[in-house]
Amino acid sequence: MWLALLLALWGSVVGFIAGRNQRPELVESARRATYALAGVLVVASLALIVALVKHDFNVSYVASYTSRNLPLVYTLSAFYGGQAGSMLFWAVVLATFGALAQWLTSRRYDDLLPYVAAVTSLVVLFFVATTLFAANPFVRLPFTPSDGGGLNPQLQNPGMVVHPPLLYLGYISVTIPFAFAVAALLSKRLDTGWLHAIRKWTIVSWLFLSIGITLGMWWAYVELGWGGYWAWDPVENASFLPWLTMTAFLHSVMIQEKRGMLKKWNMILIGLTFFLSIFGTFITRSGIISSVHSFAQSPIGNYFLFFLIFIVVATGVLIAKRMPMLEAESQLESMVSREATFLFNNLLLVGIAFSVLWGTMFPMISEMVRGTQVTVGPPFFNQVNIPIGLALLALTGIGPLIAWRRASPGHLKRQFAAPVTTGLIVAALLLAIGMRDFYAIMALSLAAFVVGTIMQEFIRGVGARNRLHGENYALAFARLVGRNRRRYGGYIVHLGIVMYFVAFTGQAFTTSIEASLKPGESVDLRSPWGYTYTFTHLGVSQYEELNRFTTAASVEVARDGERVGIMKSEKRQHVDSFGRASFEPSTEAGIRSDLREDIYIVYAGSVQGTEEAVYRFTLNPLVWWLWFGGAVLVAGGVVTLWPGATSGAERRRSMAGYAASITGKSSAAAAG
Amino acid sequence: MPYSRRDAVKLSLAALVPGVFVQGSRPQQEDTSITRLYRPDLAGRPRGRITDYENDPFIISVEERLRCTCGCNLDVYTCRTTDFTCGVSPAMHREVVALVEQGLTGEEILEAFIAKHGEAVLMAPKKEGFNLAAYFVPGAAISVVGAALALMLWRRSGKVAEAAAAGGGPVSGMSPQEAAKLEDELSKLEP
Ligand code: HEM
Repeated sequence: MWLALLLALWGSVVGFIAGRNQRPELVESARRATYALAGVLVVASLALIVALVKHDFNVSYVASYTSRNLPLVYTLSAFYGGQAGSMLFWAVVLATFGALAQWLTSRRYDDLLPYVAAVTSLVVLFFVATTLFAANPFVRLPFTPSDGGGLNPQLQNPGMVVHPPLLYLGYISVTIPFAFAVAALLSKRLDTGWLHAIRKWTIVSWLFLSIGITLGMWWAYVELGWGGYWAWDPVENASFLPWLTMTAFLHSVMIQEKRGMLKKWNMILIGLTFFLSIFGTFITRSGIISSVHSFAQSPIGNYFLFFLIFIVVATGVLIAKRMPMLEAESQLESMVSREATFLFNNLLLVGIAFSVLWGTMFPMISEMVRGTQVTVGPPFFNQVNIPIGLALLALTGIGPLIAWRRASPGHLKRQFAAPVTTGLIVAALLLAIGMRDFYAIMALSLAAFVVGTIMQEFIRGVGARNRLHGENYALAFARLVGRNRRRYGGYIVHLGIVMYFVAFTGQAFTTSIEASLKPGESVDLRSPWGYTYTFTHLGVSQYEELNRFTTAASVEVARDGERVGIMKSEKRQHVDSFGRASFEPSTEAGIRSDLREDIYIVYAGSVQGTEEAVYRFTLNPLVWWLWFGGAVLVAGGVVTLWPGATSGAERRRSMAGYAASITGKSSAAAAG
Repeated sequence: MPYSRRDAVKLSLAALVPGVFVQGSRPQQEDTSITRLYRPDLAGRPRGRITDYENDPFIISVEERLRCTCGCNLDVYTCRTTDFTCGVSPAMHREVVALVEQGLTGEEILEAFIAKHGEAVLMAPKKEGFNLAAYFVPGAAISVVGAALALMLWRRSGKVAEAAAAGGGPVSGMSPQEAAKLEDELSKLEP
């Protein structure tokens, strides 16, 4: 670790110097330093993994987070399950990404790369220093306990094995685009070059964030047992913030690429995203936000506070100094243009980010201003953010329909007629079947509108190919997407987002009932779809498995008298390898999903230790759409990323041509 | 292959039999249909029976606005139906039930809780005084920035249209290339 500290220091210092004077041997040294740094940290991580797997309880970290009878996957996941380990995880992954960035980036950007090495090494330096001085996973105990404390049972879930690392991968990979931005600022190469260099990284880190967040929802849904997936708690909000600003960045770079505008804004956005991802890591690791004081109380708090201030000041100064070089190359011309919709897209995304941050911080603000604590819970966030979210959904449909530069009335009419009709028909249908929830009707009809726009784009594209090239529809579809991966991949991502919104709407119709049932007794619950479910308690059985003692309650479920199947929900009492109870008992919900609704059964406990069981039965409409929407979103992301037909060079050429026709000025930039 | 498929079927059937046997031989109590659990101590907190109060929509709606004070960040209803290790939310539930039985309205019940625990017991701040800032600042900020953006765009598009009109060209009839060329020329004219 000490070696890593020195290497990181070397990498950042040499990187900055090499960036300035471009001496080849220094440039090479900075590059090699990133490789060596990654290597050293991989070795350190392997050492921790070996300690975990061999149950070396003399190492305090191993003793705190694992036990002998913990299944191997969870033992491995303890690597990033605790604070100290997660710091090391950050360091090793970032070092690896940093090395990859050096290795994979085209030599065309050679004047940027030393600075990139400097920035990544500097951030690694921070994490290595924090690991060494404040949260060292290698600290040994003065004695060796016979067994460890074990991992929190709520973390013993497949979702929890993959969710944190993916979210971290998202947080961490944001550093690379940020490093390129800083490199562009430092080297004064402020054309769109750096944007091309980072496009893949941007999408990849956005995808990691999206997957990480979605898996977090899934974990909350199956493991926490309240039947929801998003509680607006500070940790969740902290992961949502960089996602929002990253999504904004994703769109606003398109304006810079195509029109040479918004350069300052893009710099600010990527800086903000990086800041928020470090902030998010800190919140996740400490769970602290309710009070300013607790910042300093956690051992790593001071380090993070210092680093966050450093990021703001350094990035701020740098952007301010380069301000004059970030002037726009062309101007916005019309309110009704693609650029304008992108501006509003950014406004809404950053607006949501602001409102989430504002809500999260409000208890603190209130305490400072009035001296009174208040709680800002889900009802607040829903009330404030649902309208903004709906506006964003509407814009997701409107944006792609509007032409770049300026749209004519005829063009608008042609573009909007079919999708708007679709939306209106769905609204009418929902009203006709008796739905009265305003937000739900809005959400679903807007969703229909957006799907309408996307379908229209696909149908027109396929139709055009069919006419022009005489291709059959399947081939035309494949070629269409293949030739314009970015555009149609983006639309597929939007489709995924629509599915998320459909799922969110379902939350408005959740119904629940609690019941205590003796074996053979049953209870009815009416679903919002009009079915009547009958839940019949079968019995409770108890048995030992793996590292726990399980109490399982079984229920037979019927829908409108027709048997659906048997579901079970469990209470798990985890034990250590001597059979002693560890942790409070946890609850596993029984879940059965289909397109319409989830049946969600929670065994709450037994009446005075008998087989008479207390249950909560919940019907959660449309939850399935969330997980499937996630899959669609990822598929879309992969489509835009897929290398091939629209190669970087080709894209640049077409864009250079486009830019040339507008200003002539930016063509030099795009080609340079 | 050491086994034929039929052997495999036989084996799996054989494996099922002891299961069936064990199920059938569970100790039954004589006169009551409810069996005691083998290890009740490992099945979580013992529970009472569910009454109508637990499913009462009015009580639930009140509880959803109250925060459980155990530190879990959940509302009382969600906590008592989710976190079965928590002793606080069931107690708060009983308090709510008691107040409902006394005939208090929803608002009165909430006031009673605020008097006891402070304002933080509400899941969302009351819409009054400084708290209004919580609700309206985000919307206001977005509206103001949005309006400023719209105004700026409006002005600009006016300018561009004027410029185009001055040039005498019908704006909507132009191809993008022509428009771009026109704009290029115009920008050269401007100092
Ligand atoms: C939460 C909401 C949104 C998400 C997650 C999202 C995500 C994405 C992603 C990942 C891409 C692909 C980008 C690339 O490959 O570089 C994309 C493309 C696109 N997005 Fe969005 N988007 C959202 C909302 C919006 C909104 C509100 C607009 C309206 C202005 C919009 C307009 C577009 C357009 C026009 C493209 C395609 C660009 C092209 O033709 O290449 N998006 N979106």
